[in-house]
Amino acid sequence: MLDAAYLIPAFPVLGFVVLLCVGSKLKEPHAGVVATAASAASFVAALVTFAGLVGEDSHHRSITKVVFDWIPSLDVKVAFLIDPLSMTMVLFITGVGTLIHLFAIGYMHGDQRFSRFFLYMNLFLASMLLLVLGDSFLLMFLGWEGVGACSYLLISFWFERDSASTAAKKAFVANRVGDVGLMIAMFVIFSKVGSLTFSTVFERVEEGVFSKSVATAILLLLFLGACGKSAQLPLYVWLPDAMEGPTPVSALIHAATMVTAGVYLLCRANPFVGVDDSAMTVVAVVGAATALYAALIATSQDDIKKVLAYSTISQLGYMFLAVGSRAYVAAIFHMVTHAFFKALMFLGSGSVIHGMHEEQDMKRMGALKRFMPITAFTFLAGWLAIAGIPPFAGFWSKDEILLSALESFDGPLGVLLYAVGLVTALLTAYYMTRQIQLVFFGDPRHGKADAHGGHAQGEGHTEEQGQLTTPEPVAAGDQAGRGDDGDHGALGAAATPHESPPTMTIPLLVLAALSVGGWVINSPILLDYPLEHWLEPVVEAGRPLHLTEVSTATKILFSAIATAAGVIGIAAGFRIWRRGADQPGFEPRLLRRGFGFDQILAALFGGPGRKAADSAAYRVDAGIIDGTVDGIATVVRRGGAQLRRLQSGYVRSYALGITTGTVLLLAYVVNRGR
Amino acid sequence: MSLLAVADRAPSVGHGAYLIIAALLFTIGAVGVLVRRNVLVMFMCVELMLNAVNLSFVAFASRLGDINGQVAVFFTLVVAAAEVVVGLGIVVAIFRRRKGTATADDLHILRG
Repeated sequence: MLDAAYLIPAFPVLGFVVLLCVGSKLKEPHAGVVATAASAASFVAALVTFAGLVGEDSHHRSITKVVFDWIPSLDVKVAFLIDPLSMTMVLFITGVGTLIHLFAIGYMHGDQRFSRFFLYMNLFLASMLLLVLGDSFLLMFLGWEGVGACSYLLISFWFERDSASTAAKKAFVANRVGDVGLMIAMFVIFSKVGSLTFSTVFERVEEGVFSKSVATAILLLLFLGACGKSAQLPLYVWLPDAMEGPTPVSALIHAATMVTAGVYLLCRANPFVGVDDSAMTVVAVVGAATALYAALIATSQDDIKKVLAYSTISQLGYMFLAVGSRAYVAAIFHMVTHAFFKALMFLGSGSVIHGMHEEQDMKRMGALKRFMPITAFTFLAGWLAIAGIPPFAGFWSKDEILLSALESFDGPLGVLLYAVGLVTALLTAYYMTRQIQLVFFGDPRHGKADAHGGHAQGEGHTEEQGQLTTPEPVAAGDQAGRGDDGDHGALGAAATPHESPPTMTIPLLVLAALSVGGWVINSPILLDYPLEHWLEPVVEAGRPLHLTEVSTATKILFSAIATAAGVIGIAAGFRIWRRGADQPGFEPRLLRRGFGFDQILAALFGGPGRKAADSAAYRVDAGIIDGTVDGIATVVRRGGAQLRRLQSGYVRSYALGITTGTVLLLAYVVNRGR
Repeated sequence: MSLLAVADRAPSVGHGAYLIIAALLFTIGAVGVLVRRNVLVMFMCVELMLNAVNLSFVAFASRLGDINGQVAVFFTLVVAAAEVVVGLGIVVAIFRRRKGTATADDLHILRG
């Protein structure tokens, strides 16, 4: 059964090849069907492999499947590492990936590059699977760059838009900064061990080949790479702009899978933490700072996807806080639940954008619950999950992270990290409430020229009653979804919002179910932390924090505090935003502009940075380096011009030269003896 | 009286004389190469220099009683013969090309 592991990445590669060869000839839905089938087949293969791995003894659940010897002299094989960590990743990547592929069939309907979209998506999936399945740092890096390239291609998918191609370039450049760290870390590891294979490297780590300072340096360099890929301070700048890509891309790449690669990397490298864990304090502090920072920005964004983008950055900060607290399982747990509810909300926002005819400004939405019941209903599940309301998935995973931060760091640092996490939880609940209030409740503002006017009269109480109850039956929504095909070309502000077709709503429903019940994978109730025990063999080297040892009373107390924070956030969100969409007082300019970080970067790199680059280009390069090269060439050319006169072509002058030379040589040889 | 016997009885000339003649011949040849423009004459002057060297070889061989000097002369003769074949071929080619004149200074196409 474990041999099915070969098939996991093989199916997306096959889908990619098929679409590459015949994609342009396929009629519209078929390319999407091919890609979705490839993804689904990969998920089935992952399930089979998973079943095989469960059948193994818990301490032999680390199996390497070699495909071929790639670079024998460097001990690099193309091989897949099947262990609890990689299988957890693979399962949610292929599972969520399949749902998003399915969603994209509906979302990308009518796009002129329909098949190319799915070609990129399958290529992305293959790269992502290579990233998590690769058994060495090098193979992982190959997948790491592969997903980066796919991210670039998909952000700039609508490259006719200037902003899209700029955003793609920004993502690429920001990621390069992080990749430098990752590459240097790999060089250091290779120079110490002579191999990049995980098993070999980690064996040597346990033998004590790495000194404390080297281990710390490697962890910090890996973290730099993770900061780029997983959008942490200060390299997060690309992720909000990456929302220029189609929404399924945002859901798959920029929320559920690719951006979690940094968390995976640090969890995988946990044996280094066993040598010295001082680097992890940096990781935890950066994670907590990012969580708070991005949550603050998210409270004041108008674009429905920008809110989710900053929210993703904030949630990734939580994951790094967990990793920094050595609570690897909590990080992975939150990664999985986040993949469920954030993919759900991104797809939900995609459905909203689709239904609103490419409108993304939340201030121009409102009352969409009436027009898009399924989307609204599923989105609410995601909202409660991310807000940390029990028993939704986010509650359990976020709770574990907050508790680990407090348990892992002694004294004021632990309390500070916990407090930051708690405030972030409150802000998260607040900005998500603001979002659903603006999008799904309140007065309908679509179709009005002035989106920021118009206050609701008496709408407030009805929506409050309606928020937690199941909306009306969905048949009407489906009809609206099917009948919309014609009006996409002639969209206008006056077009009525409509529910999306079933290919889009089915993934939403599945993800909503997972957002509600996905927490059972690490349930403390009845099941005794299955994920914790499942992942234990992989993370035991990094001195993990075991929450299983914390007393139940403490857990209940801290859960209650976290839940209270979530409830306060939600209450505040409703109280403030029920009054209407136009409340600049709660949207400071500073936060609307994301603390002006982009402007600071632009000023820094546009002003002094540009001058430095200019002087490097025109003074150092053109003046000194080119000048040296040109100078040598000039000397040689002038010297040659003088010397060529000697070569007159007259045989007799040559003969004279030879004679003179001979005589001089003779004179020298004869006189030397004296 | 055989010719050999006459040579035997002839008063022997010192080796120095041979060397002086060799030096003279060599100088004449070298100066000829440098000052004359006619390719054929320059060529003959080179031969003169070669034979001056040959003469000094033989003189030293006789003086030192070492046969190697004479062996070297044979080598020189053979190489000179081969060189003459090539050289004269080139001279003939030049004559044909330049319609009867063979001035070395006209042949300066290879100048820098």
